[in-house]
Amino acid sequence: MEQGESLQKLLHTFAALADLGQEIAETTSFQEKTRTLLHLVQGSLGIMRGALAEFDAESHALSFVAAHGMGTATPANITLTSEEAHALLKLGICGLTRDDETQSFAAFLKRHQTQLDALRVDLIVPLVTRESLVGIILLGGKATGEPFSTEDREIVCAMARHIAVGIREHRLFEELAQRAEENRVLYEGMRAIYRDTVRAFAAAIDCKDKYTQGHSERVGKYSEIIAREMGWSDEEIEGIAVAGYLHDIGKLVVERDIINAPYRIDAKQSSELNRHPAAGYEILLPISHPYADIPLTARYHHERIDGRGYPEGLTGDQIPLVAKIVSLADSFDAMTTDRPYKKRRGMEEVVEDFRRNTGKQFAPEVVASFCRALLKEVNGETTNRRIIKLLGKDYVERERVAPLLQALIEELESGAFSAAAGNA
Amino acid sequence: MAESVTLSPVHSRSIGDLAVIYAGDYLNKLSGERIERECRRQLEAGCRALVINFRETELVNSIGVSILLGVIDAVETTGARLIFSDVNQQTVQLFEMLGLTRHVALAKDEQEALATLAEFAPIPKAVGH
Repeated sequence: MEQGESLQKLLHTFAALADLGQEIAETTSFQEKTRTLLHLVQGSLGIMRGALAEFDAESHALSFVAAHGMGTATPANITLTSEEAHALLKLGICGLTRDDETQSFAAFLKRHQTQLDALRVDLIVPLVTRESLVGIILLGGKATGEPFSTEDREIVCAMARHIAVGIREHRLFEELAQRAEENRVLYEGMRAIYRDTVRAFAAAIDCKDKYTQGHSERVGKYSEIIAREMGWSDEEIEGIAVAGYLHDIGKLVVERDIINAPYRIDAKQSSELNRHPAAGYEILLPISHPYADIPLTARYHHERIDGRGYPEGLTGDQIPLVAKIVSLADSFDAMTTDRPYKKRRGMEEVVEDFRRNTGKQFAPEVVASFCRALLKEVNGETTNRRIIKLLGKDYVERERVAPLLQALIEELESGAFSAAAGNA
Repeated sequence: MAESVTLSPVHSRSIGDLAVIYAGDYLNKLSGERIERECRRQLEAGCRALVINFRETELVNSIGVSILLGVIDAVETTGARLIFSDVNQQTVQLFEMLGLTRHVALAKDEQEALATLAEFAPIPKAVGH
């Protein structure tokens, strides 16, 4: 070989090696990547035929993932015996010709002679990395008609080392992706268990109060609707629904007779009942919730903007927003469901109560969001009429309620209540 | 006979059952696959002789070489003829070194390629561009 040609060959090989490294780092699909890698091997030496197979250690199958110049069909898979797989692993990355006399390799050649003949394979390169066989490259026929030289085999082996690492990395990524998916499924399962547990607790809380069955679940749902209207994320919305479900968990420690009293309870009983927010906080605090503020919501859902709530008499921004939302949802459900000592109020009266108590009991931005969500349902701007479904379809008369809601929203948006809230 | 022309970085023109495919300036994976697709399309359409014109091609990388070997194989399988024309000196050396020139004839330019093919079969006169 002339010096000029030798130099050109060297440069061509270097360029192929550089392209190979770049291709391995690319984020193309594995199939596309293997096709390109095989092109690079064949193109570096002008090899007419080539195939690249991936080895599966469990089934011992060599599955062809790329082939060029071997007809249109992908070569049929080759299943190795344990001895053959072991022999190829021991041989490591080397260019083995059909007349190689290594004893363990000769057995492989003999058993697969028909297929190797059909593919016109001249050179076999096991792909080995970190003491495991990951695949094989079969090559046949240099375009020059010359046999593979020692240098050719060394070039192919250098490229094969990169390819073996590429296949191994691909497998690691696949394993990671699979584990991540398994973890995701596991996580979803745990979240579902958590949600079911929360619902079970809500049912247990409501069972204690025969007059307010379903109250906790409804408060959870109203809170969710308000949070969605306020533009919260799905994760946050899920969290506030849980906070709503559990807001009354402290009632579990209050005597059933007080909760179920069919009359207005006296001061002592009232004081006993008013223990439930702090008790709820104590119950929920030791639990690792996947959402923030669940215990605080139980503690502060009876606080008022004007500071006249309990247990701490917090005002305005001292009260967490999540507690302000659950507080409104709680009051709304109390006003719109029958109680032992009074029937539920009409919707117009409820809107009027909102108007009267915004900036005192309720936060203006929370009332505005709830009214907007309800008005959308009343006006048929949404098909998902969740509030109306919870209230019963005949409860809200559109002609009477819609103008009241619209007027209150406008009043709230004008900032009329902000001053009151700020003064609280 | 009408001549069809397709315009793209890799483009071609058909003259009866002969086709000239023009390679782009850099024969890599992208342009190589376009050439391969076009060659296979022409062969499937009944084309009996192909000219790949490298007049714009400055560089051919390993993937390009491998794809050209695939084209050579496809042409040989169908019994068609293939000529490379307008190949620059550096690429000629590469093709000789890697053995491509054992399978495909090189012509100085497209005219010479067409004339060579005409010796084997009459080529209809091209009409327009």
